[in-house]
Amino acid sequence: MLNRNQILETVEMVEKEHLDIRTVTMGISILSCTRETAEKTAAAVYDCVMKRAEKLVPTAQALSLEYGIPIVNKRVSVTPVSLVCAAFPEESGLVGRALDRVAKELGIDFLGGYSALIHKGTADYEAKFLQTIPAVLAETERLCASVNVGSSRSGINMDAVGEMGRIVKETAALTAERGGIGCCKLVVFCNAVEDNPFMAGAFHGVGEADTVVNVGVSGPGVVQHALKFVPGADLTDAAEVIKRTAFKITRAGQLIAKEAASRLGARFGIVDLSLAPTPARGDSVAHILEELGLETVGCHGTTAALALLNDAVKKGGVMASSRVGGLSGAFIPVSEDIGMIESAERGMIGLDKLEAMTCVCSVGLDMIAIPGDTPASTISAIIADEAAIGMVNNKTTAVRVIPVPGKKVGDEVQFGGLLGRAPVMPVHPGDASKFIGRGGLIPAPIHSFKN
Amino acid sequence: MRAVVTVAGTDRKGVIAEVSAFLAAKNVNILDVSQTILGGRFAMVMIVDISEASETLALLAEHASALGKEIGMDIRLQHADLFDAMHTV
Repeated sequence: MLNRNQILETVEMVEKEHLDIRTVTMGISILSCTRETAEKTAAAVYDCVMKRAEKLVPTAQALSLEYGIPIVNKRVSVTPVSLVCAAFPEESGLVGRALDRVAKELGIDFLGGYSALIHKGTADYEAKFLQTIPAVLAETERLCASVNVGSSRSGINMDAVGEMGRIVKETAALTAERGGIGCCKLVVFCNAVEDNPFMAGAFHGVGEADTVVNVGVSGPGVVQHALKFVPGADLTDAAEVIKRTAFKITRAGQLIAKEAASRLGARFGIVDLSLAPTPARGDSVAHILEELGLETVGCHGTTAALALLNDAVKKGGVMASSRVGGLSGAFIPVSEDIGMIESAERGMIGLDKLEAMTCVCSVGLDMIAIPGDTPASTISAIIADEAAIGMVNNKTTAVRVIPVPGKKVGDEVQFGGLLGRAPVMPVHPGDASKFIGRGGLIPAPIHSFKN
Repeated sequence: MRAVVTVAGTDRKGVIAEVSAFLAAKNVNILDVSQTILGGRFAMVMIVDISEASETLALLAEHASALGKEIGMDIRLQHADLFDAMHTV
């Protein structure tokens, strides 16, 4: 039987500590929508996603009311569009715009899957698809794009890495009047996962069933609050507190995921055990690290504290869910975390420390504003470094940087909503263009040969 | 189906009566009640059976919250499975 304190604890988590379900994401296969022309394909994709996701928003709203827990975002991910449009890649934008229309009409917050998987090589149709990304992201609001440029099995496709530096720059240029916001909807991966419910990197993998429901939980505020009660605990005990808290948070996610899947006539996919911050105070991953004893996130010790947090979240979460997946770890997006924003504004955290942090957590260099005049080859080099970390360590890494047009170090850019605001951070001035210009494939590490 | 009702706010006379009357009017059966004063604030937790309720859980939750605003208390009515999931292995 439930006791009063347990019940009040849950109510307090929701009311005061920002416990929420960050996203219910419906993954939809649109592979069967390919027709003989781009127009007909776009129409088929529109009909397919409209039909299957029709009840997503009302169902999530009903669940939120019944269980008394906010569901912040309702999202959809689809099969990588590059595959569906392989026969007419230059016209892929038609499908992208159709998907954006679906999202707007159904009240879906973000729709992911304007994606290409080119981790071993870039097919001709994929090269043409990549060129459509900047314009499509500039013309759409809710569509998200992602490109996988490397994997632990295949190595890093450096031709794709070189190209993505240019694509990121062009995307920023085409959305210059809005601070380069197009880049907030574009992520470059190494070891991309097929069941990620989080944006901008969600797509519905080809190994997935027709329609699945994946859920991403949240709750950095809950973890920080729990740690406040054990100020003198050693780190073993602190890890235990985080584990227990992660268990509770994840159980809420598992419950909503199973119920949502059943009501939507879809398969329950996975629960993503991520701690996802928002720009709201009291909902920050950085503040958890500071609660563990760091003066400010970014100081020495940050990587160790993050490693502890990430591991404890996984251990608590794995026990709480029958199937886990996605990215599962603590997120450290700079513009979306008030602790990160404030540390960056004071110059206490930079790209180098953030890169080190990505070695021990999900997912990568995320939502980082850099000077608008950063060369494309430098962005490619940032992507290459991050992909190398992912490839060698068998983990997902990603880069979502925004070269903000017209802005320089010390300026600030506002994206609004969950995307937050970010101070423009310096990048290293040295030139990597010759390295990036070589192209080719960085071979997979020796430990990838496991067969 | 069971739901959990939590009521919190400044202590005053008649709160239990008002909440119980609301539940009775909706044909909701009270299974368990626990009430205390925490730091001068009224805190009540009820476990209720809504199997024969006159409206859906979502509507009950909305109406309970509206009653809370009317009588100056925070009232939440939620599916009990959430609490079971979070606090039992």
